[in-house]
Amino acid sequence: MSENRQSSGLSPVNLDTIETHDYDVVVVGAGGAGLRAAIAASEGTARVAVISKSLLGKAHTVMAEGGVAASLGNVDSDDSWDTHFYDTMKSGHFINQYRTAEIFAKEVPDRVLELETWGAVFDRTPAGKIMQRPFGAHSFRRLAHIGDRTGKELIRTLQYKVIHQNVDIFQEVTTTRLLTDEEGRIAGLFGYYREDGHFVVFRAKAIVLATGGFGKAYKVTSNSWESTGDGAALAFRIGAELMDIEMVQFHPTGMVWPPGVRGLLVTEGVRGEGGLLYNSKHERFMLRYDPVQQELSSRDVVARSIFKENQAERGTPHGGAWLDISHLPATMVKAKLPGMYEQFLSLADVDITREAFEVAPTTHYVMGGIRVDPETEATNVPGLYAAGEVACGLHGANRLGGNSLGDILVFGRRAGMAALAYAQSVDYPTLIPAQIEEEVRRVLAPFSRQDGERPYHMMSELQEIMTTYAGIVRSGESLAAGLEHLELLRLRAERMAVQGSRAYNPGWHTVFDVESLILLGEAVIRGALARKESRGAQWRTDYPEELPEMGKVNFVQTWADGHVVVREEPVEPMPEHLAKLFESDQAPGVVRQAARKANQGGGS
Amino acid sequence: MSEEMVLSVFRGDQTGGREEEFHVPLETGMVVLDALHYIQAEHAPDLAVRWNCKAAHCGSCSAEINGRPKLLCKTRLDQYEGQVVHVRPMHAFPLIKDLVTDVSSNYRAAKQIPAFSPRTPAPFTMYQRDVDRVQEFHQCIECFLCQDTCHVLRDHNARDRYFGPRMMAKIAEWEMHPMDTQDRREFLKDVAGLPMCNVTRCCVEVCPEHIVITDNAIIPLKERVADLYWDPIRAIFRRFQRSSTSSQPSSTVTS
Repeated sequence: MSENRQSSGLSPVNLDTIETHDYDVVVVGAGGAGLRAAIAASEGTARVAVISKSLLGKAHTVMAEGGVAASLGNVDSDDSWDTHFYDTMKSGHFINQYRTAEIFAKEVPDRVLELETWGAVFDRTPAGKIMQRPFGAHSFRRLAHIGDRTGKELIRTLQYKVIHQNVDIFQEVTTTRLLTDEEGRIAGLFGYYREDGHFVVFRAKAIVLATGGFGKAYKVTSNSWESTGDGAALAFRIGAELMDIEMVQFHPTGMVWPPGVRGLLVTEGVRGEGGLLYNSKHERFMLRYDPVQQELSSRDVVARSIFKENQAERGTPHGGAWLDISHLPATMVKAKLPGMYEQFLSLADVDITREAFEVAPTTHYVMGGIRVDPETEATNVPGLYAAGEVACGLHGANRLGGNSLGDILVFGRRAGMAALAYAQSVDYPTLIPAQIEEEVRRVLAPFSRQDGERPYHMMSELQEIMTTYAGIVRSGESLAAGLEHLELLRLRAERMAVQGSRAYNPGWHTVFDVESLILLGEAVIRGALARKESRGAQWRTDYPEELPEMGKVNFVQTWADGHVVVREEPVEPMPEHLAKLFESDQAPGVVRQAARKANQGGGS
Repeated sequence: MSEEMVLSVFRGDQTGGREEEFHVPLETGMVVLDALHYIQAEHAPDLAVRWNCKAAHCGSCSAEINGRPKLLCKTRLDQYEGQVVHVRPMHAFPLIKDLVTDVSSNYRAAKQIPAFSPRTPAPFTMYQRDVDRVQEFHQCIECFLCQDTCHVLRDHNARDRYFGPRMMAKIAEWEMHPMDTQDRREFLKDVAGLPMCNVTRCCVEVCPEHIVITDNAIIPLKERVADLYWDPIRAIFRRFQRSSTSSQPSSTVTS
């Protein structure tokens, strides 16, 4: 199967020899959203496949730590969907799609309980229910968790569920192109097996993209190598719309030292369990930036606060802040944060039960993504669906901790169901051979280039550009400079060259990652330039205020004739019964709680 | 601190291979995976190594470092100062290329395990003390280092007859779940090959999550199977019950 055809970029393409499969629904991505979509799509007799560029169970979901947010009310009985909805919209600075947030808040408790039915074992309350912990900017203790390894619990549960379903799983297959038919509808996809580099075509009636985000566009990131935005780039190139792509979340607490672990996530659960942030003068600086929520303010606020402390030269030796949980009993820290304890001990020689440790903001999540319908996760390309981090709508300008694990469950399921319904309503599409021929040549081209650019070096240069010019702090000037650098890099990247054979060749794999990231990097910068204000994760020094008129628009991007085009779309206004929730400056559940307590007080 | 480390990395595939030496500048806190990334970027762009999270959460970067099964992302380089660091693929799995092996046998085994099947749908009432022991198995990152070190798989190449420590922990996780209704004892004995484990505890030693697989998963499972098949009183009952059939349990423990 594996042939070392270094020069075959120039030889004629024989389509008959390419391995081909037919499926009703193909899910690209095997993280939480993809697996949940596959489970939903395989409820009937449809032919369903999952394609994953890693091994099963290794996707980025496994990295999620703190928990999944759901208003189960097991710890705080006043919690309810409307309070979760309120918190989500408020932290998203109201450019979220209200309907997406409404569906999410209403459905996520059922999705969490469903995981329990499938074998997930969350930590328990004394009454034997699922335990819930506090997290930044959630009004109540809301995050169901298992220690600080909740993502692992999710992916493992879904992974073992899916292998017992009627789903075919293709591991370590990279998708390089989505295929369309004559009418522009989804027809399938083209990819290759990483193991030996042989090509594969999937003909599919419907495709669900669940490929995650693109945190790898930045130098300091909590994301694994996989987060290269493949799905968003693949969809964008065939005409799908991106939205609010400038909204990149910088998590306030990543590891800082030693250099090899810089960016590695330190769960918000540390602060949820009582961890406190200090600057070099041993001041709890969050008391100044957000006296009410303090350490548990929203991520955009905490990340900016740490950044500002460093600007004011009150940072730690390696440019961060001190996070301290050593005032809590060591046994409790080890029980609730076992991963953090182990991670710092083995990688940084720090015992977090005894001393404070350095943290600094790290690229964590992309709120923006493919524009989808809130009910079905359908994109504007017929037959194409998107769910999870690759999609846009739930989080607005800032994501709440714990909302992404809920997102992938709720909308993974909905995307799978909608893709199945669509697949049942159409015949198998007709592939266009020219698309496949063109892709074979494009994918093989790096092998035939002599003395070209090295993919790994292109990757680090891209990360340097995005970090310097379009990072946590931006301005019109920095963004314009970033765009120029990126354009030069894009031209050089056209000459990327690869050594060796097609068999498990990471240099070759990196070529496609770099191409996706350059495209999305441009989209981030163009979106950030268009949004002339500061809102949530977007912090522009030349427009430091959040502007009411900008709160009424989403920025939608399309790819036309090789150019990114940005346009404004009005944010869908909330219906009256939901808008009313925001008339008080307190969340609905908090108001109810106060009323209940007043009643109890009056009655006693 | 020395300026430079020497890594001797296996390069090759099913047709053969050998170790190649690379010089890597040492940085504070560097792990072996960092060194391999340096080698990819500067010397050998096609060096195959599987990795994802680089935080010991995903269990992708399993390999053998100076003969010990370890995660590349969790193994600090400074502990080997003054030595050549030999990096080789996991021995118990078929080689694909360089440090990447074919671990698909694990997924084929996993598919055969009778799934968790609760008495009722959630919400369950379960207390922390009741779930502590199964939560231990939930810590598994599926790095398969336990499979790599297990002599049944490693030295006797018996992947088709014994599912290995990882899968025993998975089965234990479901068997010991307070709400589970499945009986996997026959499966454990006849399909999963539980009797082939002779409790040498090597898997416990290499587990990066410190799961006590042998004592907490395998031995209790063996006891459950023994209760069913080798309890003398039950055996007499069974003889009466099955006197008309020919399917007598006749397995012996293979070591």
